[in-house]
Amino acid sequence: MAKITYHTHDNKTHTIDIQNGLTVMEGAIQNDIPGIDADCGGGMACATCHVYVKEQWLDKLPAKEDGEEDMLDMAFEPKINSRLSCQLIVSDELDGLEVNIPSNQG
Amino acid sequence: MNKTDVLIIGAGPTGLFCAHQLGIIGLSCEIVDNLDKAGGQCIELYPDKPIYDIPAVPECTGEELTNNLLKQIKPFNIKFHLNERVEELKKNQNRWHVKTSAGVEFDVAAIVIAGGVGSFEPRKFPVKECEKFEGNSLFYSIKDKSIFKDKTISIFGGGDSALDWAIELSNASKVNLIHRRDGFSGAEASVQKVKELNKQGKLNLYTKYQMDSVLGDKNIVSVKIKHDEGEIKEIKSDYVLGFFGLIMQLGPILDWGLNIDKKTVQVNTENFETNVSGIFAIGDICSYPGKLKLILSGFHEGALAARGCFKYAKPDEKLRFEFTTTSKAAQERLGIKK
Repeated sequence: MAKITYHTHDNKTHTIDIQNGLTVMEGAIQNDIPGIDADCGGGMACATCHVYVKEQWLDKLPAKEDGEEDMLDMAFEPKINSRLSCQLIVSDELDGLEVNIPSNQG
Repeated sequence: MNKTDVLIIGAGPTGLFCAHQLGIIGLSCEIVDNLDKAGGQCIELYPDKPIYDIPAVPECTGEELTNNLLKQIKPFNIKFHLNERVEELKKNQNRWHVKTSAGVEFDVAAIVIAGGVGSFEPRKFPVKECEKFEGNSLFYSIKDKSIFKDKTISIFGGGDSALDWAIELSNASKVNLIHRRDGFSGAEASVQKVKELNKQGKLNLYTKYQMDSVLGDKNIVSVKIKHDEGEIKEIKSDYVLGFFGLIMQLGPILDWGLNIDKKTVQVNTENFETNVSGIFAIGDICSYPGKLKLILSGFHEGALAARGCFKYAKPDEKLRFEFTTTSKAAQERLGIKK
């Protein structure tokens, strides 16, 4: 279990306990947090679950797999701290993670 | 006016298999899809990626699956309307009148929406002012490359489309290629070619830059690009091209009076009909308790929706359940000669 904080574009903050093994994307979808579309359902094939990770977390997250950066090329306003939330699997180590959801997914 | 029993919206695996099921029970159908080829997400998102959970097919790619489905429905000679999006829907007594973006009209008894997560549309620049130049000096696809001759073109993106067009247009235009990072997702040979052209001064490559703004009155005059570290450059441009792949949009389906929740259409699990009689939804676009977004679920949904269409297409007949192994009628429809 980890507490994940989602900052949505409407300046709201949602802090939610998410079970280990779910992805940060699934945590958002299951809890009706707006702004994550996840059109492809977690297949790293669409870049519509794009989030900005709070800077201090960047190094603590598992490295990007092949293909994630390619998909981020397609994302809406990608930045250095961009990740696909379907690729972030929740574990105890991620407790306290904060992500910002962009204004748009495409 | 095309008159057929059922119109299928979406030529992905679910739509294709539903066409097969309609054919087996003796109903005719035509298929509309916004892409230029059949296959839906399988072809557009993962043509080369393996799929391991198609029943009785241990492994196949999206492209193989599509080709096999096309082969399976070949006996029915189904008419495809590609590069078209369904725009308008009108009830006409017991039938539906449908019109596509290309102005093609259908008169059908039932509609099966197998639209995946919506129709594929090009992803656009996040910069707001881009909208006003779209279609005159800013494009997301190229229809007539002759307009670029001797002009300055700024191309954004790092995939195959961006690289291929940068290489191609550099023959007769001044090309700037702008990409957000040093790595590219396009083919390695194209990346090498672009780097070589950049060295020879035949193309200007800007990496770690993204669009900041576009300037111009009626037509684009220049674009400002911003480096990761904040530095801004202004580069003269007659045309701007963006190649960021495709995104799925639900589009006009939203206006058809269907119960829609989180970009999906609610259906019953008896025959996958929506709240509107005669309109069915199957595959990724439908939702019901327990819905799994798997291709195999889409096949099941398509089989039941096809049978649900029967009473609208042939109200005076009764559908008898038969197996393809033993049904003479089904085998005749499949063109099997004994």
